[in-house]
Amino acid sequence: MAKVPVQFTLNGEEKAEFVESGSTLLKALREKIGDMSVKGGCHQGTCGSCSVIIDGELRLSCIALAETCSGAAIETTAGLARGGVLHPLQRAFHEGFAAQCGFCTPGMLMAAKALLDRNPSPSREDVVDAIGGNICRCTGHEPIIQAILSAARANSVNAA
Amino acid sequence: MALTLQTFPTADAASAALAADGASRYLGGGTLVVRQANEGDLSFSTYVRATDPALSAITVDDGQATLGASVTIGRIIADGRLAHIAEAAKSVGGPAVRNMATVGGNLYAPAPYGDLAVALLALDAMVEINGGPVPLSAFLADRYGTYAHSVLKSVSFALPAAGGLRFLKVSRVKPKGVSVVTIAALLEETDGTISSARVAYGCMADRPIRAQAVEAELAGKPRTADGIRDALTMATDGTSPITDAIASAWYRSQVLPVHLGRLLLA
Repeated sequence: MAKVPVQFTLNGEEKAEFVESGSTLLKALREKIGDMSVKGGCHQGTCGSCSVIIDGELRLSCIALAETCSGAAIETTAGLARGGVLHPLQRAFHEGFAAQCGFCTPGMLMAAKALLDRNPSPSREDVVDAIGGNICRCTGHEPIIQAILSAARANSVNAA
Repeated sequence: MALTLQTFPTADAASAALAADGASRYLGGGTLVVRQANEGDLSFSTYVRATDPALSAITVDDGQATLGASVTIGRIIADGRLAHIAEAAKSVGGPAVRNMATVGGNLYAPAPYGDLAVALLALDAMVEINGGPVPLSAFLADRYGTYAHSVLKSVSFALPAAGGLRFLKVSRVKPKGVSVVTIAALLEETDGTISSARVAYGCMADRPIRAQAVEAELAGKPRTADGIRDALTMATDGTSPITDAIASAWYRSQVLPVHLGRLLLA
């Protein structure tokens, strides 16, 4: 099986690996690099569990080929907390009971981060659209929507 | 079976590679073809892609738009010059899918996917493929035949006036479910009378199709409930709806006239 070199930045750290040609970014992140924060759900681009941010855009690592990400800056949930301090979104999810089984949570967090990075003061409609590609089968989405809005409000208070 | 990715600098080189290897598939955004591989499709072993910057170009000039086939749905939404087709683009998937899925891939997407293609069909778009322009309707009819192993380069269309393109995606799952039926309509009106109409459907066949009987019936009629009544009676003429987990062909044929009426009168 042909192996190809892939280099990218993962949560600010340079990574270089040999991956099987034609293999997915999800596989590279989990099996080569050991970033288990990225979850493989449907592997069809439908559930959003594997969402990561690539060069500032939310994408699905289960249907992105690792080779096509060479040179990119990739962000995953593993990079959200810094120095033992939760990211405001993680804190809002925790405090707002926005996680139950937790399987969708990493993808939801990345979808929310991609939204807040470009729109720090989203409307409820913006939040619903932002997580429209992420499926949660436990909490029913409402606590997640409220947590994202809460994190956005906290950010705007801190920025004021 | 092991998969490999081959990258070419031009669309022509990628096209030649596709033509030479029957076990290859073109990789646009990956939302269709990588999914197929993940599902265990063994009919191909090679991904082929092209990195030609022309494939990612958006040109808007004198009311005419040309989108390179690799332009993503997300870029269409973000480009203010394309605001009049943004609603159709927003109906495609969630943000992550929109950041990956390409306009070229959407034109190859089997029903129930391909919502943007429905809008482009109503806009009477042309595609550039195999060295020349081809009407979108002709391309769609032969996309898995003549054009299955070709690289689609671009799609061009006249930008509609503000509010000119009427678009409706009916879905059972909100906000981002798969289409039960998708309808796009471009109407020209003079003094309240429809002078010409182009109407396109998604999910009412294995590809987006024009509703030619409806278009002919609408011409010359006032855009009122009475004026469109006869057109609605022939809404399903020429259709062959798909059946999938979302809806049966029967259900799609039953709800189509209702939604078409709402769209035309909105």
